[in-house]
This record gives sequence, C-alpha cells and structure tokens, in this order.
Amino acid sequence: MSRQAHEEESPAAPAGRLMTGAEIFVRSLIAENVEVLFGYPGGATIGVYDALHDISDINHVLTRHEQGATHAAEGYAKATGKPGVVLVTSGPGATNTVTGIADAMMDSIPLVVFTGQVPLRLIGNDAFQEADIVGITRPITKHNYLVRDVRELAQTIKEAFYIATSGRPGPVLVDLPKDVMAQKTHFAYPQSVTLRNYTPILEGNVRQIKKAAEMINAAKRPVLYVGGGTILSNAAAELTALARKLRCPVTTTLHGLGSFPENDPLAMGMLGMHGTWYSNMAVHFCDVLIAVGARFDDRVTGNVEAFAAEAKKIHIDVDPAAISKNVKVDVPIVGDVKRVLTAIQELVNPLETEDWLRTIDAWKDEHPLRYMNGGEIRAQYVMQKLGEITGGNAIVVTDVGQHQMWAAQFFNFSHPRTHITSGGLGTMGFSLPAAMGAVFGRRDIPVISISGDGGFQMNSQEMATIVQHRLPVKIFVINNGFLGMVRQWQELFWRRRYSQVELANPDFVRLAEAYGCTAYRATRTAEVEDVLCKAMAHTDGPVFVEFVVAKEDNVYPMIPAGQTVNEMIDTPDPASGGDTRTGDRIETVEKGKSRKVSVHAPVTSNA
Amino acid sequence: MPPSQAMLNTPSPGAPDEKAKRHTISILVQNKFGAFNRIAGMFAAKGYNIDSLSVGPTEDEGVSRMTIVARGDDQIIEQITKQLNKLIDIVKVIDLTFESFVDRELVLVKVHSTNDTRPEIMQIAEIFRAKVVDISPRTLTLEATGSQQKVDAIIKMLKPFAIKEMARTGRVALKREFQGEV
Repeated sequence: MSRQAHEEESPAAPAGRLMTGAEIFVRSLIAENVEVLFGYPGGATIGVYDALHDISDINHVLTRHEQGATHAAEGYAKATGKPGVVLVTSGPGATNTVTGIADAMMDSIPLVVFTGQVPLRLIGNDAFQEADIVGITRPITKHNYLVRDVRELAQTIKEAFYIATSGRPGPVLVDLPKDVMAQKTHFAYPQSVTLRNYTPILEGNVRQIKKAAEMINAAKRPVLYVGGGTILSNAAAELTALARKLRCPVTTTLHGLGSFPENDPLAMGMLGMHGTWYSNMAVHFCDVLIAVGARFDDRVTGNVEAFAAEAKKIHIDVDPAAISKNVKVDVPIVGDVKRVLTAIQELVNPLETEDWLRTIDAWKDEHPLRYMNGGEIRAQYVMQKLGEITGGNAIVVTDVGQHQMWAAQFFNFSHPRTHITSGGLGTMGFSLPAAMGAVFGRRDIPVISISGDGGFQMNSQEMATIVQHRLPVKIFVINNGFLGMVRQWQELFWRRRYSQVELANPDFVRLAEAYGCTAYRATRTAEVEDVLCKAMAHTDGPVFVEFVVAKEDNVYPMIPAGQTVNEMIDTPDPASGGDTRTGDRIETVEKGKSRKVSVHAPVTSNA
Repeated sequence: MPPSQAMLNTPSPGAPDEKAKRHTISILVQNKFGAFNRIAGMFAAKGYNIDSLSVGPTEDEGVSRMTIVARGDDQIIEQITKQLNKLIDIVKVIDLTFESFVDRELVLVKVHSTNDTRPEIMQIAEIFRAKVVDISPRTLTLEATGSQQKVDAIIKMLKPFAIKEMARTGRVALKREFQGEV
C-alpha cells in the first residue's frame, strides 16, 4: 500500500500537526457527537480501526454481520432521532450493508454509512474485496460519496451528516479508499455546509396554509391521516393538540403509530390493508382528508382511484416529491410537519363533528378488532397483554409479517418513537439488530424485539452481540412454524397451496441459552401473562421468550392488495364456523375506548 | 437518441398515450463523480422515458448543462422535475416547455451517392443549409443543424438515397432572454 503522504498545505489550513485520513475520520465523528458506531473491520479499514482503538468518546459495537450493523444503526436512529452511524470494510462488507441502506431509504431514517474501499489506484482493477459500492447504492441512498483526496474528507463527512439528517432524512454513504485514509493533511472540522441546490423547505407557504385552514373549517367529516413524518419531525404534541381542538378523528399509518395516543376517543388505530375496519371506513367516507407526513403508500391506499375519492385532500410533507406522487391532492403544503401544524392550529376552529364521531363509534361497535382466544396461544393476545403490562411504556421493535401487523393492531401505541419496524422495504431480520441499536440510544425505557420464527433466523447471529454487551433487550419470538403472512395469502388467494412456507425450526430456547441468554417458552394461553411479567422484570441482560402460537391464524381486517373498502374482509364470525371446535372465545378490542376487553360468551362446541 | 419512428413525423392523433407530452428539460449539474449516472439512473429506476439526452460544458467550469427530452403526462413530468431536484448534485432544473426557448440539434448523415444522385443530394443539402463535410466516390456526409423538425425533415428527404450511417446529438436548448416578446 502506498504510504505517500499528502503534505501540500492549502492556504486556508490552520497550522498544526498533520493527521492521517483515519485520524481525521475519528475526529470528525467526535465533532458530530457520534456516541456509538456499529461496525465490522476488514482489510480496507484496518487503518481506521487502528485510529479508533484508543478513542473512548465513541463506543464501537462489533456486530456479527454488516447487515446487523445497519439495522442496529436504524434502530438507534429511530429511537433517538439522531443519525445512526456504520463503519464496514470494502467489498462484501460494503455489499452486506445494502439491505439496511435500502430499508433506511424507504423509511426515511438518517444513516451515515462509511465503507472501506481499495486504494484509489486499484479501483476498477477487480482488486481483492473490491466492489463499486457507490454505484451499487446510488439508487438507495439520499446521496453518496467517494472520497478521492484526504483534503476533502472532513468536508464530505460534514455534508454527509447534514444531508442524512435534514429535510426528509435518509441514508448517506461515504466510500473511503484505503490510501486516502493514510494520506495526511491538516484537520479543521467545517462549521457549516452550503450545497447549491439543497435547502430543505421547512416553513409552509402561508397562502397554502390559509387555504388548508379554510378547507378544514368547512369540513363536516374530517380525518387526520398521520404518517411517520410526524414522528420524524417530533410533532406528536402538535398533532394531538390539533386533533383535539378540531375534534377530528385520527388514523395512523404503520410508521405513524405512537404519534397519537390510542386510548384517546378520537383514535381509530392504523389504516390500510390491515388497518381497523372503522379507520378505513372513515377515510372512505370523509369529506376532508388531512395527510400529515404520510406518502399515500399502496399498502395504505389500496386502489388509489377509490381512496378517499370524495374527499378534498390536504397533504403536508417536507419532501416536495412525495406530493401528488400517488394521489393528486387539492392543497399541498411543503414544509416541516411541526411548523405547519402549529401554523394551521392557529387558523382553525373547533368543528361540529358529533354526528361524524357517532357514525365512527357505530362502526367501532359493529366491527371492533377481534380475535379468537382459547387454550392455544394467539399472537394477538400476546401483543395485547404486552401493551397492558407495559402500559405502552416500552419501545417495541417488530420484524415483518403477521406478528408485525398484530403488534400494530393490539399493542396500543401511545408515545412517539416507541414503535420501530421495517415498513417500506419490509425487511425480515430487522427486529433483533434494530432493537439492539435502540438500546444503545435509550436505556431509560424497556426495549422489546418481536419477530416471527422466520425473521428471527435471518439475523439471529446478533444474539451474540446482545449477550456480549449484556443488553437488556426482551427478545420475543412468535413461533407458528410458518412464514405466516405468505401462508395467509396462499390460504386466501392461492387455494391453500402452501408452497415453501413451513419452517423446520431449531429449539429456540436452547439456541438462546447456547448464546448465554436466559430463555423461556410459553405454549398455552394461561402461561402468557406470567412469562411476560417475568421477562419484563428481568434486569440482568437480555431475556428470550418463545411463544408457540396457533399455526394457522390470519390477520384481519384485510383489504386485498389494490382493492377498496368494499372488498374489506373482517374477522370471520365464530358463529358461522371459525374455530368452534376448539371452544375458543372471541376477544374484542376497541380503539379509542377504555382498554377493558369484552369477552363474548363462549362458543359452545358443536363438533 | 430518439427512436427512429418518433422523429420522422409529428405525433399522429392516434398516438398510443394521448396524454403523454414531450418536454424539454434543461438541467445544470455540478461536475461531480457519478453525477450523470445519478440522473440517468433516476430515469431508469423510476421507469421514465427519455427521447434524447445531451450534455456539455457551460460558461461555469464546475457545472455542465444536460438537456433531456422526456415524455410523459403532466403528473409524470412533475415527478421527473421533483425527483431531479432531489439529487444533491443538481444545481437547477428548468422545464423549458413552459417557457419560450430556442433549441437546436445537429446531425451527421452519411448517405450513399453515385454520379447520378450526387447533384440531387447536394441540392437537398442546400435547401436545408446543410454542409458537405466528407465525400467519397460512393458516399456524401452532410452536417445539418436546426430544430428537431428540420433535422427530421432532412433525414426524411435523404432516406430514399439510402442512409449508410447517422449520428444525432440530441436536443440542446436555452431559454430566450425576452419571454413573450418574441
């Protein structure tokens, strides 16, 4: 490797000791107040790791796979609002971050990913552990860089953090060739960044805000449709204040969960494919739809033509490209959600929504969230009990699939940044490393990882990292022996042809114990509460619980992909079949009402 | 480069997508590593159609101008503009379709010629103010400049003589200084 140092001085450089790129890298991270770095060393980053060795300001977490590092950084970012930082080596180290980067792009998570690269003169030579990671990640990053000169390094890092965290946040990748990191120059961390065409618009246009307020003031059947942008903008309090002032019902997207307390009478829970019956009905019949930091995703809208077709639509988003991308709106407002909501609140009056709320209450009574309950554990019951035991004061990090939807439906999220999941990309294997990352940012609140038996095995290697650091993560695996969501679709839409969805699993409890983790297993409903209490009370490092649940259960309500509320399928009525043979009872859960669970009369066995 | 069918005629009323319009988008982009790739990649990733693309230096050393002719309905064109604006290296995006602008294209056409046809080809060249830039016993190479329609027209006129090879630059365009007065 070339040890040639870059000793030319730029005129502006202050006097002082020359530093290597690796030292500048470390100093720059300290200047950005980076507390924790998730990473994995290798040949191309060995110099950087040497510079990190004596630094106590930054806690480097050695994950067991680079994908784990990126998801950990995502979990950290989602839990704290600060950027997640990753450091990996070139080639396979870099390509292993691709899924996490794509996930962060879809879910607008601020991430700065540093990848090692082969020395500049070897780039393009098919060198050992070379990959064109800048080319590979171009479509899945907000921006990316290849640093070609050590004198650009500090400025590039400053820009990377600024771009990742401002406007609509997202991942930024910085590729660091090995020789550049060995070159020397003077170090001065830049104070500010100016980018010629990058100035996020934060203040909403006053005329548009006025128009929106007029539209809201004339509304008879308004609905607030709230997305993850509300949480990214730290605007949960402003949203709650606006909803209560207007007496406007609120539905949230998967990423919007936590921005509005679900025990509020105005709460309707989640909307969309597996949203509550009443939230989807309310959106369908509303006359003014106020979309707040949401992007009209296809899992929310179904058939876009029919989505809130009669309603006038207001759309608040910091990303101009999110507006009128999927659904044409009447009043677009580009700006920071917090600022725009504050401005709107001053211009609107309390609305007369009593009739509208009564209509929604009637839908809530007719079609509450329901599930069958009995001897066999139902995942829904686990989520509901967990919500009750924690009182919503926990960060729940879910994976992807049926358990993810059940957690969204039944946990009763009430605080911002307590619900972390992979929504846009739908990355199985997200939960365990993301929960690990969340713990590094938040020690003041319990962090619970919930995965299915499929997703857990996609990044279960991070058990080792969690145990090594004795992190107090509650690791719950909902084991139905199936890739449940795919199985549900095969059951409903593919004539029950269960193609490649049944899993032959290891003994999860023994696996967790092998890692050195306390582990429990629950197989009957009667055991659930006790094991949950035990897990939540466990303070000495991580605890693992396997819930062996009903093998074939479905997530309802369901609007099949690309369809409308007319095609919405509610939980099948036990009186007309269902699980009558098991004698299971139906549990109903109503959003925005007291959390008392009404238990319907047991269904008598007629088998 | 424009697909050959699209450039030969003005759009016929029965065109497949009636709402799709052709827009000339002028982009100023910083000369940064991979910047063009970002732009081309964005079009590919979002599935937008490009009719032609040309790029070259500007009066500002650090900035290049890219002129893209793209097709789509209003919503698609709006998204293209917004997505381009999201790219960090892009300095400015102007949809010239909403402005008064001048545009030019250049074409080099190598056409078969014999002693019999040479005068006729040169006459066509004269009508279009095209220049003969290369000659051989069996070919003539013409250089023509003009609007896309003019370039389309000369190509149409030369086709019967059998075009051997052709190179087109794609459209370059600038906004007119006086808007509405010309």
